[in-house]
Amino acid sequence: MFNRLIVALLLLSAVAVAQEDWIRTGTGLGVEKVRIAVPDFKPTSTEPANAELLRTFNETLFSDLNYAGIFDVVSKSFYPLQTPGFPQEINLDAWGSPPPSASMVAFGNLGKQGDSLQVQGFLFDVKNAASPQVLGKQYREPATTDNARLIAHRFANEIILRLGGGINGIAESKIVFISTRSGAKEVWMMDYDGAGQRQLTSLRSISLSPRLSPDGTRVAFTSFVRGTSDVSMYSLELNRMVTFPRFGGTNVSPAWSPDGKQLAFSSSMRGDPEIFISDANGTDTKRITAFKGSDVSPVFNPKTGSQIAFVSGRTGLPQIYIMEVDGTNLQRLTDTGYAVSPSWSPNGQFLTFAWRRNYGPGAPGGQDIYIMDIANRKWVQLTHGSGINDYPSWAPDGRHIVFESTRGGSTQIWSMLADGSQQRQLTAAGKNQQPNWSFR
Amino acid sequence: MNRTTSRSQFPAWLLLALMIVITGCAKKQPPPPQAPPPPPPAPTASISASPNNIEKGQQTQLSWRTDNATDVSIEGIGAVQPIGSQMVTPEQSTSYRLVAKGPGGQQDATARVTVTQAAPPPVTEQPVTQTDEQWFSQNVRDVYFDYDAAAIRPDAQQAITAAAQALAQKPSFKIMVEGHCDERGSTEYNLALGDERARAVQNALVAAGVNASRIKTTSFGKEKPACTESNESCWQQNRRGHFVLTGK
Repeated sequence: MFNRLIVALLLLSAVAVAQEDWIRTGTGLGVEKVRIAVPDFKPTSTEPANAELLRTFNETLFSDLNYAGIFDVVSKSFYPLQTPGFPQEINLDAWGSPPPSASMVAFGNLGKQGDSLQVQGFLFDVKNAASPQVLGKQYREPATTDNARLIAHRFANEIILRLGGGINGIAESKIVFISTRSGAKEVWMMDYDGAGQRQLTSLRSISLSPRLSPDGTRVAFTSFVRGTSDVSMYSLELNRMVTFPRFGGTNVSPAWSPDGKQLAFSSSMRGDPEIFISDANGTDTKRITAFKGSDVSPVFNPKTGSQIAFVSGRTGLPQIYIMEVDGTNLQRLTDTGYAVSPSWSPNGQFLTFAWRRNYGPGAPGGQDIYIMDIANRKWVQLTHGSGINDYPSWAPDGRHIVFESTRGGSTQIWSMLADGSQQRQLTAAGKNQQPNWSFR
Repeated sequence: MNRTTSRSQFPAWLLLALMIVITGCAKKQPPPPQAPPPPPPAPTASISASPNNIEKGQQTQLSWRTDNATDVSIEGIGAVQPIGSQMVTPEQSTSYRLVAKGPGGQQDATARVTVTQAAPPPVTEQPVTQTDEQWFSQNVRDVYFDYDAAAIRPDAQQAITAAAQALAQKPSFKIMVEGHCDERGSTEYNLALGDERARAVQNALVAAGVNASRIKTTSFGKEKPACTESNESCWQQNRRGHFVLTGK
């Protein structure tokens, strides 16, 4: 546990320290990347359906490791002609010397046996000829494309856990978001890589700001289904809406405490939009802020649960603040411009948020994603002048951030490493916004 | 060379001209005399309308009969059978002229249908009234705001004063004030800003004498823009407090 913390701190402080030259930090998350080769798994079945399962598996595993942020994945054109499917087939010298010059090789075999899909996956340390095997895993699931993807995610997570300083991989994590593709703004969910996008709500109204509960069983969000904006709750176990009290006024931006027992949200139930905390079923509401001007977008520190970051317009344009959950020890973090949509890093040390540093009618410059080290207020800009970027949400591994961006014409969901590199688009159909990464 | 060609073509040219003259002359020869046929009988025609005096919108039946005609038509209707009848609904007084043509000549006949204007319907229409919603939208106008602000501007205060006076005439009306924002800035912050705008309008209405219990507020942030272009004139239209009539 202590080790894991140290590694996370190292990774993230390296990002923050590199404020002066963000491009240089874009090559990694602060540590030297492991050079890994991922040859295609070998088929052990000649069934026609096997080819499709194998293709899905190989693509998913390669993508998971490529986007993990801790690997230098060797280009497939450098691989030896003979690729292994079993441990006895591997020639360590061929993988360890140029051109691949790999430190690690992930390989294995996949076969559809009747209705089940069997996968053997191995991770070999090329430099350790005496005892090269780091991992040997067997998987057996019903033979579906989804399961081919799932097994690839699980094997990728094993490799990432082993080689990435003990931090769990995010290949099985989820992202909830808002999409217009059904004609109304509904809550949707997808895998972390954009696969498996599916609609959760069918309220035919306006749904906004979805947030997954820490245990992944519920989604709190804002809904206009009853005419005004209310905090609403969707159960992923029941696959339907569950009751949540109405408070009156404008109720927006619910956020979960890390233990899942409380919600923080913004409400004008007693006048000005202020931050309130209730328990998870909406009872026992307490007002935390009391200052003229809008207070919105509260988020609990996921590490301690004892701090809340939020947005306040009390001095004019919205700025990022933090405070204790009882409202004390208020600190303003941003000094200028228009700063909104905070999200904590899992270790509680950093905030990511959207910032337009030169804001105002006619002011130049876009709105970009930044991260800030809360201890010393140093910040790094992660996106640069491409569209309006907003609503960043940190992944449970601390290495990834998902956000919405208008680059390319329409609002879509993108993910990137927490140093701004490997930006990739996850959605394309309709307009998609306000992504929220699952707690695990 | 050219001259030779011209000379050799001349006789053919002349021959063609001669042939045309000869053929033309042959056509002009009169046909052999024949006995003239007996003259064909002259056509007859009659038409009547029953009734021939109608009110506007009513029908009348035209009936006609012809003999010895090959080509029968009624002006305004077109070609018809030699004997027939047809219902017509003339808009105004009309003369229907039946024309029968045949080998023996032409005959026509006319039937006159007189159309009287129908008595005007009894006056049941009330004087034109506005619906309550029309009255509301004309008298209770949107209130506009400055960028990132929820303060009531002087022009907004005028609109609110006018709205309060109008609402004083309709004491039973209940209203919802919707706060809206332009597209810039974050979804969540704009929801709060819209809420502040709606409540600023509510407070100004109360200050202008409207009972607070008649006014509810909500915010749509930037979710329901009135105008979707990305320029200041459009953004100004969207930074508004919008009134909705919710009860009468």
